[in-house]
Amino acid sequence: MPGRELLGVEGLTKYFPVKKRLFLSRARSFIHAVDDVTFTVHEGEIFGLVGESGCGKTTTGKLLVKLYEPTCGSIHLDGQDVIQIRRGARLREFRRRVQMIFQDPYESLNPRMTIFDIVAEPLAVQGVRSLVEREERVADMLSKVGLTPPETFMFRYPHELSGGQRQRVAIARAMVLGPEFVVADEPTSMLDVSIRAGVMKLLLELREVLNVSYLYITHDLAVARYMCDRLAVMYLGKVVEVGPTEEVIQEPLHPYTRALIAAVPVPDPTYRREPVEIKGDISAPIDPPSYCRFLPRCPIGDVTCESSPHPSLKEVRAGHFVACHRL
Amino acid sequence: MMDRTTYKFEPLWKIRLRLFARSFRKNWGLFWESRIGPLGLFIILGFALFMAAHPILMSTIWDPKVYDPIMGFDPKLVGQHPAPPSWAHPLGTDPIGRDILSQLMWSTRSEFALGITAAVITVTIGTLIGSVCAYFGGLIDMFFMRLADLVMLFPFFALLIVMQSIIPMDLFKLALIMGGLGGFGAITIVLKSQALTVKVKPYIEAAKVAGGGAFHIIRNHIIPNILPISFLYMMFNVTSAIFSEAALSFFGLLDIRMSWGIMLNTAQDAGYLGAFGYYWWLWAPPGAAITLLCFAFYLVGRGLDEIVNPRLRKR
Ligand SMILES: Nc1ncnc2c1ncn2[C@@H]1O[C@H](COP(=O)(O)OP(=O)(O)O)[C@@H](O)[C@H]1O
Ligand code: SF4
Ligand SMILES: [Mg+2]
Repeated sequence: MPGRELLGVEGLTKYFPVKKRLFLSRARSFIHAVDDVTFTVHEGEIFGLVGESGCGKTTTGKLLVKLYEPTCGSIHLDGQDVIQIRRGARLREFRRRVQMIFQDPYESLNPRMTIFDIVAEPLAVQGVRSLVEREERVADMLSKVGLTPPETFMFRYPHELSGGQRQRVAIARAMVLGPEFVVADEPTSMLDVSIRAGVMKLLLELREVLNVSYLYITHDLAVARYMCDRLAVMYLGKVVEVGPTEEVIQEPLHPYTRALIAAVPVPDPTYRREPVEIKGDISAPIDPPSYCRFLPRCPIGDVTCESSPHPSLKEVRAGHFVACHRL
Repeated sequence: MMDRTTYKFEPLWKIRLRLFARSFRKNWGLFWESRIGPLGLFIILGFALFMAAHPILMSTIWDPKVYDPIMGFDPKLVGQHPAPPSWAHPLGTDPIGRDILSQLMWSTRSEFALGITAAVITVTIGTLIGSVCAYFGGLIDMFFMRLADLVMLFPFFALLIVMQSIIPMDLFKLALIMGGLGGFGAITIVLKSQALTVKVKPYIEAAKVAGGGAFHIIRNHIIPNILPISFLYMMFNVTSAIFSEAALSFFGLLDIRMSWGIMLNTAQDAGYLGAFGYYWWLWAPPGAAITLLCFAFYLVGRGLDEIVNPRLRKR
């Protein structure tokens, strides 16, 4: 299991400006999409990021692959400051080491490119000049992701493939440069239920074969439980709980995590779980108040929560962190 | 898992050629089904044959002294010009004794050259600027969008009148100027909005994560995805270039020796347009040719529209 620390994220924050069209008002507002997030991913580990839609998972992933510039905070890969990397050979090297698999395989493949061109694109932009080498590497990668024999897939267009096959192509594209760290943004959520397991198994297999670590983003706790070694639970831009997957799922500590887990159907009908209530709906974190983000929906929140700032993560057990004043 | 396998591939260009042929066949099928597209194409082909027939006629049955579109004169009909259609002159002669059919055929070539040159220039500039503006946004975008507003509001005719007095405006210069001005005009706005819908696709982000720079993304992702729309607009631009030439020539603003517009201008100058019903052979053939050729390119554009915008397709 996990070795040395591969990726270190500290105080990572991303605000998006929003235009408020209020009469004569010039005030700028911000969506706090990711707010002061801290975690580490170890070599060979699958680190899960779970939470409802809109809580900032994708934004976190895109920050890690440098699609967005963070508002503040730091990211280190192997001890090297990622945010300082701007261009040139160092950026190119970073691109080789860190890749991303996108959520929607119908939109993440250019409809006018063949499968070969799509998977060979990273090789081409990274300067692999030899066509023979690109062909060999693409074919090899396609067979590794289960698109065999590769010759029958290489010169087809994305629209000729099924959703699962397309996601395999996207996985091949992410893996063809031999990355150490891959952000997988809900890679199975747009797929047919019947083929999800196959894609998940493939990702697990590739971890062993290619020796990669993942940040695995999902809103589905069952998926997280199947895939992840450790989990971080996000709520409106904040990480509220981090710990080993089984521990977080079987003994959730934060009221939000407990509510999430209570919402998952249980296979054993005799199992009784204490009901957890959460009120209201999730909203976008536009200029949020300074107190706990979860307070408006928290079943156990009280006046201390209202008068204190948002709680920071505390280690309540070895390796299990929770952000709540009442724990 | 397999270790190292050696794969045998056909040469890449062969495969690409085959893929191109396949997608061409598919799109041709859709174009054919549109009905109006092929109709336009047939009319254009008709004009092409019409154009090709002229040099053949000139070197066989037409005496160049009589039938030359610019210098010709039929001495047998002195005093009767403009003569009505006859066996010798199927579309009659013009006020200075030249054969109308010969003029009409000869001019087809310059109409094609002008229309296509101007349209290619317009669409090339529009595609490049549209994708660059969409990709970079910011000041570059603002500059070209304001420029487009300016070009669209600009009084073209006044400009061309002024330019004509400085440099004689031949067909090639006209094509360059119309193509250039068109390229910085409305088409940049249209193609930019198309490019914007491409820019937000996740495959653009995937290309960035792979290490692709601005040039790579614009060339490999944005332009190929807006090219069908560019091509569509090219057809409509041919129409507008031919139309503008006719209008400018009609008012005598161009320094060209013969064109459909010049034919109308000749009729007008000699005062033959006033008596509308008479002397119809002076204005009807060039008028019909302009209308028909423009219409044909428009039809082809509409046919392409059904390929490019699948929502327009029936079924
Ligand atoms: N590029 C963007 N510009 C402005 N707001 C954004 C952008 N991307 C995401 N957001 C906002 O940030 C919040 C988090 O979004 P996201 O990271 O996509 O959530 P998730 O992936 O967990 O569903 C949402 O409220 C979303 O509206
Ligand atoms: S800090 Fe208070 S409001 Fe926030 S989760 Fe804990 S109990 Fe609820
Ligand atoms: Mg998301």
